[in-house]
This record gives sequence, C-alpha cells and structure tokens, in this order.
Amino acid sequence: MISFNQVCKRYPGGYEALKNVSFDIAAGEMVFLTGHSGAGKSTLLKLIAAIERPNSGSVLVNNQNVGVLKGGALPYLRRNLGIIFQDHKLLFDRSVFDNVLLPLQICGFDHRESGKRVRAALDKVGLIKREKANPIALSGGEQQRLCIARAIVNRPAILLADEPTGNLDAAYAQEIMAIFKSFHQVGVTLLISTHDEIVLQDSGVRVLALKHGELQ
Amino acid sequence: MMHALTQHLTVLRTVLQRMFASPLAGLLNILVIGIALSLPAGMYTLLQNVQGLVAQLSGTPQVSLFLAMDAKADDIERLRKQLAQHPAIERAEFVTRAQALEQLKQSTGLADVIGGMNQNPLPDAFVVYPKQSDALALDGLRDELAKLPKVEQAQLDSAWAYKLEALLKFGRMAVLILASLLSLALIAVTFNTIRLQILTQRDEIEVAKLIGATNGFIRRPFLYFGALQGLLGGIAAWLIVTASLLLLNRQLGTLAQLYASQFTLHPLSVGDSLSLLLFSVYLGWLGAWLSVARHLSQIEPS
Repeated sequence: MISFNQVCKRYPGGYEALKNVSFDIAAGEMVFLTGHSGAGKSTLLKLIAAIERPNSGSVLVNNQNVGVLKGGALPYLRRNLGIIFQDHKLLFDRSVFDNVLLPLQICGFDHRESGKRVRAALDKVGLIKREKANPIALSGGEQQRLCIARAIVNRPAILLADEPTGNLDAAYAQEIMAIFKSFHQVGVTLLISTHDEIVLQDSGVRVLALKHGELQ
Repeated sequence: MMHALTQHLTVLRTVLQRMFASPLAGLLNILVIGIALSLPAGMYTLLQNVQGLVAQLSGTPQVSLFLAMDAKADDIERLRKQLAQHPAIERAEFVTRAQALEQLKQSTGLADVIGGMNQNPLPDAFVVYPKQSDALALDGLRDELAKLPKVEQAQLDSAWAYKLEALLKFGRMAVLILASLLSLALIAVTFNTIRLQILTQRDEIEVAKLIGATNGFIRRPFLYFGALQGLLGGIAAWLIVTASLLLLNRQLGTLAQLYASQFTLHPLSVGDSLSLLLFSVYLGWLGAWLSVARHLSQIEPS
C-alpha cells in the first residue's frame, strides 16, 4: 500500500531529514513510526501526502509514484488519505459539524448523504453532542478527536497520524488509540507517528524507528 | 445536474455570507464600481440621445439648387430632364418661386414684411434627393450640380448634421477611452478585494489543499465573489444613470417648453442595460481571476 525505496529528503539549506529510507506497509496493516523529535517522522508522512517531494528514491502509494505527481493529480491522491495533523489544522470560523463536512464538500458529496456521514464520523469519535460548537471551545483531546473525525469522514483507505497523542494525558491517549484500532479492524491502513512509550508498549504492532533520518 | 446545482448554490451562499460579514467595505466597493461605470454609461446615454435628435432633425439629406433669376421655362425643363436621368439622384422636386414665397410666409410669420415687398426676391429651385447619403459622395454631387447651366447656387442642406456626426464620433471615442480606463480601475478594485480575502482565508485554503481540494474548488468562491460584486456595481451604475436622467429630464422639461419642443432624454435601453450589467459582471470576474491566479499559487501547505 505504501512503499519507500531508498528515499532521501534534503531541505533547502542542506539539512538531511531522511537518508536512504526503504520500507513497505501492506494494505490493512497498522504501523507505528517512532523516533526523537527531528528524526524525520513528520517529513516521512509529508512525503506520503506529497506535501514534500523526495530528492531521490521513490515513494509509492497504491502503486503510484507520488514524488512525481503533477499538481493537478495531487487532490485525488489526498482524497484517498486521511491525515491527522500534529497542529490539528482546524478552522475556527465554522462549527465542529462544518469542519468535518469540508472534505465531503470538496469531493462534491450529496447534501443529505454528507450530513449522515458527518454525524457518523462525529459519533465514532464521541463528539456528536458538540456538533454545533466552535472548535475553539473544545479541549485539546476533543480537538484531536475532531481532527480524526475530519480525516475519516471520507472513508479513506489510508490514515496518517502525526503525533496524535502528543499533548494528551494517558487516558485520552488510550481512548484515541482505541479509535485507531477500530479502524484497523475494518481494514484501514494506518501509519501513526508517536514517541509515546505507553502507546508503543502495545504488542503486536510493527514499529518503524527513525534516528537522525535513518531507519533502525 | 441537480447535484452540481446544489454545489454552486452552496458556494453562492458562502459568498453571500462573506459579503455580509463586512457590509461597509462591500458597500464602498460597490459604490466605487458603480460610480466608475456610471460615468461612461451616462455619457454614452447622452450621446445616444443627441444622436437620436440629429437623426430626427436631419432626415434624409437633400441638395437645394437655386436657379438664376433669368432662367426661362425651357431652361427649367432641360434641367428637370438632366436631373431625372442623373444616376446618383433618386428624384428631384421643382419648387416655383411663388410656392417658396408662400411657404416662407406660412412658416415664419413674416407675412407682413413679405407682403410689403413689390417683388418676390426668391428664385425658382429644385430640391434634389440623392440616392447615397455618405458625406463625400454628397459633396461631389453638390459641386457637380452647381456647375449646371442656369444654377446659381447648390446647397447641401444637411451639412451641419454631418459636422455634428463628426463631433459625435469624437464624443464616442472619448467615452471609449474613459470606459477603458475606468474598466481597468474596476479590475484593480476587484483584484485588491480578492487579494485581501485570500490573505484572510489563508488557513482555510491551506487546509482545503491538504484534504484534496482541486484548484477549481478553491478558486470558485473568489470568482463568484468578484462576479457578484461586479453585478452589484453594475446595478449601482444603472441606478445612478437612471436617477441622473430623471433629474436632468425635470430641468429639461422647462427648457424644452421654452423652445416649444418635446425633447426628453431617453433612459438606457433594455439591451444597453443588460450589456452594462454583463460587462460589469465580466470585469469583476476577470479581476478576481487575475487575483486568484496571482495569489493562490503562493499558498502551499507545508
């Protein structure tokens, strides 16, 4: 589903974020991505969503080389991905409901159908009672869950999460991991970056560890 | 089809919400656009009115041939035949000096003065209706007819109308220049409005790009906004022109009465009004498009 082949990423200024990274993630697999901050976790996720492009090597998503995608094809790649951002990237000029509605509007969903889907997604993350609230009124954990709802409302085959439990206490983190596991059970491919020890103790989940831009 | 329609309606609703979010700024923009468009539109309407007046007054062009006082009946007969055979002449009417005097008495109210004269000072005349009506051909015809024997003078009656026509051409060019300049101003106003909007909606654009929005999707509300602002500006211009004409007509009414004339200014025709609105919509759209093309590519998620 996701395949890196000898990928290098150097930022302008010479900083090498990723060095010769290769790995494969099968469809339906759930994988943790770990490493100290600055190890290249975010860069790796950005390469998958073609927010950044590799300097060498190839990044395949669904057998498509996303490193060389033309600008016009990017939106259709990203519609297959659900991305949970480290900084949430919520829009504070609209309600919780409308934040989750945005991906469906972008894909041009039917009005009634999209209303049902938004409520289903909010229900999944336990925010159904807050649909009219402004995201700014939500707690950190709730904002994180809202971000998850927005990522899954489109029912993407791949879910990318950048430090989803970063600023949350243990109980909230467990809750969010439980949500991710339920997606894994229905066949979604997940790549979750984290440095949360409690999360990593979870046995049976493959871990990709990055150190100074190299896979260990 | 229905589906695409709902999508466009959703965009339109968003655009209206944005517009009402800052009503004062929106109103000022619309006013600027309205005034900018009303100047050329108003001048154009005035020119159209003057042109209508000219057409009404001049009618078809004619050449008057005044004969020499010593022209005899057979001279006149010969001239009549010549004129009838001339290829450039539609028809020619003969006006005797007695008829001319009678007309003069009736139309000017100078009956007393004329009655006091011992002899008729007017010559016999032909009124010639040419086939063509362009100014150069008419000048040539007049010169040619002036050289015919026993013709004292040939006069092109509508010469003044042609001079006025030339003046109108000048006026139309001035309107065109003014319209072009103010159109640029309108595009600039929209360009700037949309630029500010894009800046304030930076976050939204970035997020939308991240979750798979096409450029078309992101562009659409801005283009709609530009077009809508153009439309409202066009309506403002139409109202300004129409209201100004109403005010002018009230003053003109008294003036026209003094000259015993029925002249009133006609408002913009339906066709011209529609053209004005379409044009302002197009300019608003164009300004927005240029702005979006310039600024949207600068916002890339990172």
